[in-house]
Amino acid sequence: MSEIGERVKKIVVEHLGVEPEKVVDSASFIDDLGADSLDTVELVMAFEEEFGCEIPDDAAETILTVGDATKFLEKNAKS
Amino acid sequence: MRRVVVTGLGMVTPLGCGVDTSWARILEGRSGARRIETFDVSDLPSQVACVVPRGDGSEGTFNPDQWMEPKDQRKVDDFIIFAMCAAKQALDDAAWHPESEEDKCATGTLIGSGIGGLSGIADTAVLLKERGPRKVSPFFIPGRLINLASGYVSIEHGLKGPNHSVVTACSTGAHAIGDAARLIALGDAEVMVAGGAESPICRIGMAGFCAARALSTAFNGTPTKASRPYDKDRDGFVMGEGAGIVVLEEYEHAKKRDAKIYAEVVGYGLSGDAYHITSPSPDGDGGFRSMSAALKRAGMTPSDIDYINAHGTSTLVGDEIELGAVERLLGNAASKVSMSSTKSSTGHLLGAAGAIEAIFSILAIRDNVAPPTINLANPSVETAIDLVPHAPRKREINVALSNSFGFGGTNASVILQRVIN
Repeated sequence: MSEIGERVKKIVVEHLGVEPEKVVDSASFIDDLGADSLDTVELVMAFEEEFGCEIPDDAAETILTVGDATKFLEKNAKS
Repeated sequence: MRRVVVTGLGMVTPLGCGVDTSWARILEGRSGARRIETFDVSDLPSQVACVVPRGDGSEGTFNPDQWMEPKDQRKVDDFIIFAMCAAKQALDDAAWHPESEEDKCATGTLIGSGIGGLSGIADTAVLLKERGPRKVSPFFIPGRLINLASGYVSIEHGLKGPNHSVVTACSTGAHAIGDAARLIALGDAEVMVAGGAESPICRIGMAGFCAARALSTAFNGTPTKASRPYDKDRDGFVMGEGAGIVVLEEYEHAKKRDAKIYAEVVGYGLSGDAYHITSPSPDGDGGFRSMSAALKRAGMTPSDIDYINAHGTSTLVGDEIELGAVERLLGNAASKVSMSSTKSSTGHLLGAAGAIEAIFSILAIRDNVAPPTINLANPSVETAIDLVPHAPRKREINVALSNSFGFGGTNASVILQRVIN
């Protein structure tokens, strides 16, 4: 997993309180990791904080899995 | 109206986590007060509080991880975690874990708080100013709302009956228990999880109550001496935190499932002072009328009362006004009543106070012992009423009255009675 992927995974584990081994690229935040709609909003905020970038609402709506987040951040991360 | 009994108790107080721990330490005459160490108090006039002892859960310490998932704790203020803790204890104690849809729908929640998520509101206001609205958490609102104590408890335990709350400052806990008992009496629920929770010990909370000149300031070096109701050296209340929650149940419902019955809620009275936002009316008429209403509801006379758990916050004005109202109520019966303020040990838990004090009243009935008013070295007035100074008083207690009075001139009195089978 990429360095960004590892950082994404760490945030997901912390925020959703899930086992690290469940946090794979294909895992859906809502369907596989038990997040609700408010959790996903907070996750996106945590990604913004960690990677120093802004994730606009329309982009956030397309981030449904761990892999989606990693892909987006590999392109847009500023820190 | 249907009869309502108490079948489960739960609490987390500055004396410890759990009913047995808190009660044992009350009877030992211990104080939960200490110097505040979790935030800067150097510029505050009052630097002491009665703080819930955090720890790994051993020796009566409160370990939040035992009561709420760490990922959920982050989303809420402490009053909600305290409520989750006390509610689980109370439901376990009552051995009431509804599984059928019928039982779930017959069980409700009514947990209040005086202020709710004060610390979270303060922190988020600073975050908003410094970093803008995009940094405000989606959990900011649901983690601070007062009725979310009821909400979280309802969700955790699958309770689908009335999901209600109450906000009446320092009367909250008593109103919650009284109102919940009425919901059962009127048939809206068979079982109610009711009480109060509070977490006001933060800089803005201390600053606010200091500004209102409500807190003790003369005992920063000797915190355990600061809460001293009725004593001539008292100079304000000591802020406390925690939660008290009871399981209330319709009498026949409790009997049918062979539940342990602690006491019956026989009386509940409410009144307003219509006088001042923070000071009680000097003639004590509001408190007098709430106690009188509770007695009337119970069909009792003053001579039926054995023990009174006073509001007694250790403020200069309030203690004597309440005492005067109680003397007026009791008349010739004053000399046979014991009245103590357990706030001398726990501090003032604001919206949770009435709930933990109803529980202490229930335990006073169970054990036939009046808990002490500690630090009462020199009473500021003479009274025929036994104020239970320093040490608990073993005596017969079949009927107990618990008073709670709040800012806004709101008063509540609850009367509990031993149930004889």
